[in-house]
Formats: sequence, structure tokens, C-alpha cells
Amino acid sequence: MRHTISVLVENKFGVLTRVAGLFSGRGYNIESLSVGETIDPQLSIMTIVTTGDDQIIEQITKQLNKLIDVIKVVDLTEIDHVEREMVLVKVAPKQEDKAEVLRLTEIFRGRVVDSSPRTYTVEITGDEKKIEAFIELMKPFGIKEFVRTGKIAIAREGVKK
Amino acid sequence: MKMLGAQIVIECLKKEGVKHIFGYPGGVVLNIFDFLYDDKDIQLILTRHEQGAVHAADGYARSTGKPGVALVTSGPGATNTVTGIATAYMDSIPIIVFSGQVPTKLIGNDAFQEADIVGITRPCTKHNYLVKDVKDLARIIREAFYIATSGRPGPVLIDLPKDVTSDKTQFVWPEHVSLRGYNPKYEGNKWMIKQAAHAIQKAKRAVIIAGGGVIHSAATKELKELAEYTQIPVIMTLMGLGAFPGTHKLALGMPGMHGSYYANMAIQNSDLLIAVGMRFDDRVTGRINDFAPHAKIIHIDIDPSSIRKNVRVDIPIVGDARRVLKGLVNVLKEEEAKNQWDEIRKAWLKQINKWKKEHPLSYEYDENVIKPQFVVEKLYELTKGDAIVATEVGQNQMWAAQFFKLSRPRSWLTSGGLGTMGYGFPAAMGAQVAHPDKTVIDIAGDGSIQMNIQELATCVLYKLPVKVAILNNGYLGMVRQWQELFFKERYSYSHLDTVPDFVKVAEAYGAVGLRAEHPSEVEPVIKEALKVKDRPVFMDFIVDWKEKVFPMVPAGAAIHEMMFGEEKKSKKEQKLRAVK
Repeated sequence: MRHTISVLVENKFGVLTRVAGLFSGRGYNIESLSVGETIDPQLSIMTIVTTGDDQIIEQITKQLNKLIDVIKVVDLTEIDHVEREMVLVKVAPKQEDKAEVLRLTEIFRGRVVDSSPRTYTVEITGDEKKIEAFIELMKPFGIKEFVRTGKIAIAREGVKK
Repeated sequence: MKMLGAQIVIECLKKEGVKHIFGYPGGVVLNIFDFLYDDKDIQLILTRHEQGAVHAADGYARSTGKPGVALVTSGPGATNTVTGIATAYMDSIPIIVFSGQVPTKLIGNDAFQEADIVGITRPCTKHNYLVKDVKDLARIIREAFYIATSGRPGPVLIDLPKDVTSDKTQFVWPEHVSLRGYNPKYEGNKWMIKQAAHAIQKAKRAVIIAGGGVIHSAATKELKELAEYTQIPVIMTLMGLGAFPGTHKLALGMPGMHGSYYANMAIQNSDLLIAVGMRFDDRVTGRINDFAPHAKIIHIDIDPSSIRKNVRVDIPIVGDARRVLKGLVNVLKEEEAKNQWDEIRKAWLKQINKWKKEHPLSYEYDENVIKPQFVVEKLYELTKGDAIVATEVGQNQMWAAQFFKLSRPRSWLTSGGLGTMGYGFPAAMGAQVAHPDKTVIDIAGDGSIQMNIQELATCVLYKLPVKVAILNNGYLGMVRQWQELFFKERYSYSHLDTVPDFVKVAEAYGAVGLRAEHPSEVEPVIKEALKVKDRPVFMDFIVDWKEKVFPMVPAGAAIHEMMFGEEKKSKKEQKLRAVK
């Protein structure tokens, strides 16, 4: 099963390698990972999406907790939370399809952040399903490339962590 | 007062109570070595290889319970420590390794003798540091000692760039360590301890498996109390040997691949397994699906990630072995003062005694050729068991584990997790530094001893009378054994072909060299060796190369599926040499 794990860490050099090394060294899988500073600049939050059965997830959580620079590990999968991801899609539609691309972008509440005579670069934010749905819809128009941020997630207020 | 970083390192070590460092100098640590030159409180033991230094620090730590310290230079000096660090990591041994590093400005430039040792050792240290500012130095050293020695112990490496140790700052020794991401849990959950006590009261066929954690947490007294009070037999893992007296009537020896028949049978037939400070290594469990099929499992460990890593656990208790065992005994005594433990265990202990009689640890004595087990037995007998025993890895290690009945904790130095050949001799050397008046023996093979044989020079220099018993069979014995049993006797590269004359090697270094080629020479050689107090001794025992370690659970089998070797001759003919 897929899990979204939120890891509060010291904002120091080398911490990302410790976390990534733990996953590679023990053969765990990272589907996506995003890191950013928190309100306290000495701390960072990593949001890691991984898969595994209950025993593996339990080990991942425990092994993460064992790292000295890891302060807190929360498996958000088990609690109510909000998650978001962003994608930048560069599409190269034919002249006659351009309007449809723009229409779909609007439906998805996306934005065109760059345009050239041949391409649009569209920014879409949402949960994973939305991102994937948009990519699917764009495929017939000719996607040149896309870049995803990986998931970030936060527990809903009032939820006990 | 402002101090150089190099001096701060030394002052911090003094604050931590360090008396001995094992090390080897080189370019970027010369300023630290300069402060050691005329230091009165700290002695540096100059090994002949950085690997030897780290194993020595490890042996020092295992035999004392205090952290061992090593100091090496950058690049090759640092990379040579990796095996030693990984060895300590797998066995949870507190050591601190200081490595020199090129100046911070040169890091990443492929400078002379530069290696990313923090990167290299990240997966085999409990934690490691690259010090970038001399102002952080004292705090980092303080943290390193705290991390290495608390919770589940382990090695910590501190990388010291040359400019950091030659920079000056105010020396402030931090009184407290505060690490918000590190809070080891020592007290076991009270409710869980109660559950464990209830399980013990209900169990008919309970057995304890004690691991290295019992030794780390100094829980031997509590373990003995629990075992004796509840009349539960005690199995010790390779790392747990010495946690419970090997000669005690409740002691069942070692489990697993080369464990005793009765230990393995006790596990397989038990209805309750009380695992303390052990981690269900694959060499212990054999085929995991058939391990302890009837047992409820209580798992006491300070490392939460050890619990449910390999086996299902019914009652997990995260905490320090000593405190949890103490709590457990207290609950049992409060709740069930009238419980007739002797009566409850009678049938079970009777069954175990039957297993003990069926297949005791034994070998066939031979009048003409030295059996390696006979050497170990003689070492045990002639030292009266009062020795610190180190081993290398392979057959020598297993025979030592089987036939040297340890009675005390911290008298057993063996690389259990990593299985490092070449560990025993330098580890014995480290233990001898800590215990100058004790008998320290390394039980070695002719293969393993050659992996760190250079430390003979160190032992000679510091007059360390380490006794090395080489069980010389001309082979990498355990490899040969597997090839005989599982590879149709195709001895691919396990015969060493040339083995040096160990007597001459010892003499060339200024040590004592002795040899025994016949069983009648074993005792005199050991007696002669034990008399030597001022230099190391090599005892070269030319042993039966065909001898194998039994019982044996083949890889992938369940632990009750044991091999016992050749069909024994009639009971009368064979001379069973089970140690009482």
C-alpha cells in the first residue's frame, strides 16, 4: 500500500542523504520526496511517498525515527490530511487544438505560465488524481515534457498526530 | 581561555575520562598528535594498521563497557577504519573514531589523501559528523560520546578538517547534551511488563533467549534472578555469551546454525519465548516461517526497530533490558508469591535434560591428531575459565563459542553481526590494554590471524601478553566445511596452500612462538604460554583439517533440522567430551 510520510528533520547539510540512504540501503522504495524549510528555519519537512506492506512501513517509520537528525515522523496516510502536488506540462498542440488546451486548463484551474509559437506550459496544482487526469487529457495534444514536484502534505487542523 | 582545535579534542577526551586511544598518525592529524606527545593523562597505542586500531578500540569497549577511541588520518587512514566501524555497528559497540580531513577549503577538490569518510561511513555508524567550525567542536565531541554510549550503543565518527583543529576558540565544555531528535526510551511500558508477567505465569514451556543487549545494559544479575526465580532455561546468542553463567544448570548454550541441539529443540517446542536484547538474526532463526512455531514471543529491546523486524512479536517491550527485567521480576514476585515454579517447570526441564543427554555438544577425541575442540577445552580448563576470550571468524569462532563456557559478561569478544575475519587479535589487544593483568586469549584460525597479523608488533611494543591459539588446519575451515557438505567436496580456493611458519613469524616480531603437533603437546604448550607475561604468544596447533563444526543447521533449514556429522561409533568406543 502507498503511504505518505511526513518527516520533520534538522535543517542541516547531509540530512537528505541520511534519509535517502536509509531507503536505498534497506531496499525501500521512494516514489516521491519533497523537502522544504518550515516556519522554524532550523527545521525542514520532508514529504515522502513510499509503498510497502504494514511491516515494511513500520520498519521505515522506526528506522527514520532512529536517525539522530529526525525529530518526528508522521504517517499521514492514517490520518485526515490535505495533499498537493504541482506539475508543469509543456504541450505542443496543433493550431486547431489550442483553444481546447486552454479550455481544459481553465477547467482544471490551471494557468499558462509560458507560451511560445508552438507550445504552452501549463501549471496545475492539485492532488495526485487531478494531476494525472490532466496529464492524460493532454496526451492526445502532444506533451513535449512535464515536471512534477512530488507530493507535499499536511494534517488537517484538529487532527491528533 | 582560547585553545587550538587540536587541544580541544584532547581536553574533551579527558573530560570524557578517556585514558587510551588507539591510532596512527598522518598529515592532517599531526597537530593533534603533537598535543599527545607529552600528554600525561592519555596514552596513544600506536597500532600497525588503522583497522587494528578500530578493532582494538572495539575490544577495549566490549571488555570494559566504556567507549573505545581511535584516531586516524584522512584518506586511506580513514577508509581503513571502515571494516572496524561496520563491525562495531553490527554488534552495537560504543566507539568514537576521529578521522583527520583535508582543510575545509579543499574538501571536494580531490585533494591529497582526501576521502568522503562521512559519506562512506554514513550507513555503518550510529551517527557521524563533519566539523566545519572549531566553535562546534566541543559540543560535537560531547554529543558523539553521548550518542555512542546511550540507547542502543554504536560507533560514531567525527571528521576533523585540518583547519578546524588548527583554528582557535574559547573552550567551553557543554554540561548537557540536548538533541531533540534523540531520546532513547529506557523504561519499559508498565502494562506490557504486566502482560509479559502473565504470559510467564501461564507458560509451561518457557525459554529465555539473551542477546548482547543484556551485556550492554549490565542486566546479568536481573537475568539470573528472573531465570532462577521462574526456573526458565536460558539460551544465549553468540553476542549474549557470558550474560548468564555457561555452567549453570539452566544454561542451554547457543541457538541457531551451530547452536546446541537442546537450545534449538527448546525453542522449537517452547510455548513462550522471552527474547531479551537480541534481534532474531537469520543465523539464530534459520527458516523464519518455522521458527518457534508454538511460542508466544515477548521481545524486550531498546531499539524499537528491532521489534517485529524479523519475527512476529506478541508482547513488545521497548526499553533497557536491565530495567525491564527488574520490573518483570518485581511484578512476578508481587503477583504470584505462591506460584510453584519448580512444579510448573518440572516436565519441561526434564524434557530439556533428555535432549541434553541425546545430543550433548561433543566431538570424537583422537589420540594421534589434535582436535580443535580439544584445544579450546584445554584452554578453558587451564585458565579455569578465567580469561577474556576473543575469536576470529569461522570454525574457530564456533568451537570457541561451544566449548569455552563463559561465566562472566564482557569476557567475550567476537564479531557476531559482520563476521569480520581479523577482528579477534586486535580486539584482544585492546582488551589487554584495558586489563593488563588478565589472561586474554584470541582463538584464531590460520586464515583469520593473517588478516591482522601486523599487530604482533604493537603487542610486542606495549608488552601486551595476548595469547593467540591458532587452530591451524591449512584451510579456510568453515568455507571448506560448506564445500564438503554442499559443494561435492570441490574445495575451490579454500586451501591456503602456503601457511607461514607461525612460530618463526612470532619470533621475528620479538614474540614467543610455540607449536603443538600432537595431542600430548597441547597442555604443555598452553601452560608455557600462560606463563608469559611480557609479550604476545603465538601457539600454533596443527589440528585435524577434516574436523567440522556440529551441530549444523544448513542454510534455509528450520533450526530443528540439524546435522550431527558422521554416524557415531558405538557409545563405548567414542569418548564424549561434553563439558560438564
